[in-house]
Amino acid sequence: MLRTFTCILCPQGCEIQVELQEETAATRDRKITGNRCPRGAAYVTQEIEAPVRNIATSVLVEGGELPLASVRLTRPAPRERLFDVMGAIKKVKVAAPVREGTVVINDVLGLGSDVIVTKTVERGSCDRTVKP
Amino acid sequence: MRKVDVVIIGGGPAGLAAAVELYHKGIRDILILEREKHLGGILRQCIHDGFGLTRFGETLSGPEYASRFVRQVQALGIPYQTDTTVLTLTPQKQIYAASSAGYLAIQAKAVILAMGCRERTRGAISIPGTRPAGVYTAGVAQAYINLQNTMVGREVVILGSGDIGMIMARRLTLEGAHVQGVFEIQPYPSGLARNIEQCLHDYQIPLHLSHSVTEIKGVDRLESVVVSQVDGSLCPIPGTEKEYPCDTLILSVGLIPENELTWMSGAKEDPGTRGPEVDEHFQTTVPGIFAAGNVLHVHDLVDFVSLEAEELADGVARYLPAEGLPDQPLLVRGDGMVAQLIPGRISGKEDVTLSFRVRRPVRGCTIELRQGDKVIKTIKKPKALPAEMLRIPVAAGLLDGQEDLEVRVLC
Repeated sequence: MLRTFTCILCPQGCEIQVELQEETAATRDRKITGNRCPRGAAYVTQEIEAPVRNIATSVLVEGGELPLASVRLTRPAPRERLFDVMGAIKKVKVAAPVREGTVVINDVLGLGSDVIVTKTVERGSCDRTVKP
Repeated sequence: MRKVDVVIIGGGPAGLAAAVELYHKGIRDILILEREKHLGGILRQCIHDGFGLTRFGETLSGPEYASRFVRQVQALGIPYQTDTTVLTLTPQKQIYAASSAGYLAIQAKAVILAMGCRERTRGAISIPGTRPAGVYTAGVAQAYINLQNTMVGREVVILGSGDIGMIMARRLTLEGAHVQGVFEIQPYPSGLARNIEQCLHDYQIPLHLSHSVTEIKGVDRLESVVVSQVDGSLCPIPGTEKEYPCDTLILSVGLIPENELTWMSGAKEDPGTRGPEVDEHFQTTVPGIFAAGNVLHVHDLVDFVSLEAEELADGVARYLPAEGLPDQPLLVRGDGMVAQLIPGRISGKEDVTLSFRVRRPVRGCTIELRQGDKVIKTIKKPKALPAEMLRIPVAAGLLDGQEDLEVRVLC
């Protein structure tokens, strides 16, 4: 069976074709075409075996110039666990100041990825308070 | 009147990259004017990752990408003033600005326009119907959610398949909203393929091409939108109407370069880009006024905004000593398939990078650069999409310095 993937690792978005045989899900010996770099082949292999994604969201900041600090994962997590990861991140509240790069959750849900802050938020007061 | 060598209007990715590069070229008397409270521009609210692969060789979130430049500006001691809005720019390069610190009047030797762009709104595309709350542009919804911790709605329809709209489809879904679909008037998506994959397919959000919102209903809050299929000339087809109950409509229907100050300075418009006409140094038709980034033409990747601004800085550094640059007599023109072609004029004596988009998706095309009857460069592309800006470097050795340069897309 011929399957086509759109690589998401860079903006080129290569269309990658792979010939899948039914007896095994492994693609290491399969013919992969259309990728303009080796990362594309690795992406397709990962995508067939266990898709992973990064996510970005925010955590609440108390006493900051902004109500939120943005966060992301240091390594992509299994795609089917993203909503669980969102749930874990939602519980986090940090006190200002918070620095870019600070780990707010170590090894989130045991998935081997940390949640880190991507925006420094200084102490201060923001006009808006948390709304439902 | 205060005198400054280079005033940079806008402290987003273009302005910051230009400032740092100017500093490295020995220019010290710089002032960045930024209207928001922080440097960084729109990147501060683009918290998703995927920035920086070209510029830094790694994938970063928007705030991290911006802070790489902000930290350099601060470490180098490049002067900047936030909370400052430029009100007037004259052809003589006088700048008047309002700020919390008072009124500013500055005489600059060179001005860098780096104001970026803003979103097209409901008014720009004339959607009929009532005027309820719940209709947002994608960037406004992004600011509410990512900066102000305010959720915009629960049942969402998205009009337009621009990248920000697709990224907001994913963001809203992760925050618990239900996105019913993305509707695109064109027969092809306007955003990048990777975003269709990771923002829509991953979350089973359907993308409906050749569809548009033809009515907005609701009294105080949005209650539903009517969607119609459109024909080959983008006109709604009667009888195809379908009503989608929703409380939120997100518009991702294009970006407009923010050029009010540009036109005030007397710079000439490029009819192809609708931004200022620039030469290979990114100088507008007003000597000493330069432009780069989204104010010049809307980019899909911030990495290329930074690279463009760094090229601009080279031109500014060469302009300053004599307050002038050599003539750029050759015109650059594209055929009917070429849109958003930059620059408009070149010297024909230096390396230059052309950037443009194709007008419609094509598979298996050849890009041909000609001067007169002579083909100076050809590039084969397996596919080209309007969503992807093409950048074609042209070495000085290929150019003859005599004839205008023509860009053709053959398919």
